[in-house]
Amino acid sequence: MPDVLVEIRELNKKYTLSSGFFNSTKRIIYAVNNIDLQIFKGETLGLVGESGCGKSTLARLITRLEKPSSGFVNFKGENIYSYDKEALKSYRRNVQIIFQDTYSSLNPRKSALGTIKEPLTIHHMGNKTDRTEAALSIMAKVGLSKEQANRYSHEFSGGQRQRIGIARALVLNPELIIADEPVSSLDVSIQAQILNLLKDLKNDYNLTYLFISHDLNVIRFISDRVAVMYLGKIVELALNHDIYNRPLHPYTRMLLSAVPSCDPGRKERIVKIKGEAGFENDQGCPFQNRCPYKTDICARIEPKLEKLDEDSLCACHRAGSI
Amino acid sequence: MPALLEIKDLMTVFDTVRGRIKAVDGVSLKINSGQTLGIVGESGCGKTMLALSIMRLVPSGGKIINGEIIFSGHDLLKISQEEMRARRGSDISMIFQEPMTSLNPVFRVGEQIAEAIRLHQNLPAKQAMDLSVELLGEVGIADPQKRARDYPHNLSGGMRQRVMIAMAMSCNPKLLLADEPTTALDVTIQAQILDLISSLKQKNNMAVILITHDLGVVAQAAQKVAVMYAGKIVESAAVEVIFANPLHPYTRGLLESIPARCVTSAQREDHLKTIPGSVPSLYDLAPGCRFQDRCPYAEEVCSRIEPPLLEIGTGHLVSCWKYSPSNNNRIRE
Repeated sequence: MPDVLVEIRELNKKYTLSSGFFNSTKRIIYAVNNIDLQIFKGETLGLVGESGCGKSTLARLITRLEKPSSGFVNFKGENIYSYDKEALKSYRRNVQIIFQDTYSSLNPRKSALGTIKEPLTIHHMGNKTDRTEAALSIMAKVGLSKEQANRYSHEFSGGQRQRIGIARALVLNPELIIADEPVSSLDVSIQAQILNLLKDLKNDYNLTYLFISHDLNVIRFISDRVAVMYLGKIVELALNHDIYNRPLHPYTRMLLSAVPSCDPGRKERIVKIKGEAGFENDQGCPFQNRCPYKTDICARIEPKLEKLDEDSLCACHRAGSI
Repeated sequence: MPALLEIKDLMTVFDTVRGRIKAVDGVSLKINSGQTLGIVGESGCGKTMLALSIMRLVPSGGKIINGEIIFSGHDLLKISQEEMRARRGSDISMIFQEPMTSLNPVFRVGEQIAEAIRLHQNLPAKQAMDLSVELLGEVGIADPQKRARDYPHNLSGGMRQRVMIAMAMSCNPKLLLADEPTTALDVTIQAQILDLISSLKQKNNMAVILITHDLGVVAQAAQKVAVMYAGKIVESAAVEVIFANPLHPYTRGLLESIPARCVTSAQREDHLKTIPGSVPSLYDLAPGCRFQDRCPYAEEVCSRIEPPLLEIGTGHLVSCWKYSPSNNNRIRE
């Protein structure tokens, strides 16, 4: 059994929406709804789901940018929400994020070198020359040249800006990288370069990735295990190979058959795709409205995420029989 | 049968302080009724400018300086502004990537569709409204009567795009320009929108120009494909041909860098193939082929003379010296 780096237990995050100034009815949205998840040391865990399913909220909870409504996250056996100031600072050094939008996540008034050096300054690591050296060496590692060090972010292309974002995340030598849609805004040829880079860096620095994406192809390329999220819940968790070759949850199947295939001859879909994600059901399975396999029980009882074999979990009453 | 739309040698330029850039640089293409033409390329390759040029909606600063856009026998570049305005939305419609910014937030969606109808057809308000409800039903919106009274912010991204499609379809256009219509949507919604566009196309015998950066979308929805690079079409062919036998090194590179390609092949490869470098700046294009810096097959001639777009097989056009007739027995593997 590999070491557990992050252990998430019964994690909840709810937001209250008011329906307007004159309307006192409130709706509660469970962005993250009772999630149990483990991230093993050295793995890439892919997290996939449609927009609004809570992927990014989960990332924000793990990085302690948000506090949960209930539940906890253990990092190396310690609850991150009970960290004192000192421990939190060291946690922040150990866990870094790579963001999707490189326009808004890089400071336009800082040079590439300045951006990459900043985390070192914040954490008081080394003296000035050490920091510059460390930043330059990480820049070389992610494929940026020395000549580019003093340029500002608007002088870089999208792919290069993402390289700066990656360098900034890596310069503190973290253990866990949370990559929130890191390649979604890039063109396919640049996306491939960045994906290869992330894969290489993981090996070189012994990193653990939580890789969030809505793109099943990207997840398939990079992940060891894949978790599928739907409306705040994990509905399926399995090894990469299993998710793509024998998806168990009807939602996973629908997602997979919605991905446009690059084979023009294959135009028919295996599962009919219908509906949109929405919080309509108070009872039963959250996916029942869109599910082609729905039976009576689905409308009454919510399926639990249950172990089907060694490595796969699935939250469906009919898993294994459909 | 003459083509519904034929573009000949179209050139759209922008004059900026840093000099002139050719956003669309000598593009020629043809499309027939009932056909979907996919235009693929990376950001900045000029695919959106091509669509806007067809609509004669090039943003200020840009102008069309050369070429013909022949739409059912008439050159759209020669007709007056008023005639063009009458055609936009009736003969030729366009849908955009971001349905939120293309809908007016302060009007109910039903009213917005009715407005489009009344602009082109002389209908009383009541009838136009009924028609707009009917159109909403047609594009797969449940309970259209009620939804017509919603504002855009009440609707999800997928529903907004359906509203945009309903509006575009309101006057039975002969040609629909769809500029990245599904890029902002989730895969399951994307699949439904693509299905909707293709069923409407079949029903109305409409031509569709589908602009996208996603080769998967093209494979699924188009019959013909044109690959654009830095303002030019570098390869075009039937969709099966492009995927089975891509010729231009750029097309090959694009196909190889899709994660799906490498993972669907028997074993998971460790690395994706990539195209080195990035798209050249249109400000200072070197002479010769635009792809030369990134091309693994670049030769001496590529840096001197721009390769012409030549027909290699039936309907398969490619712009690369590697395939020029005089170059027949060299590097073709």
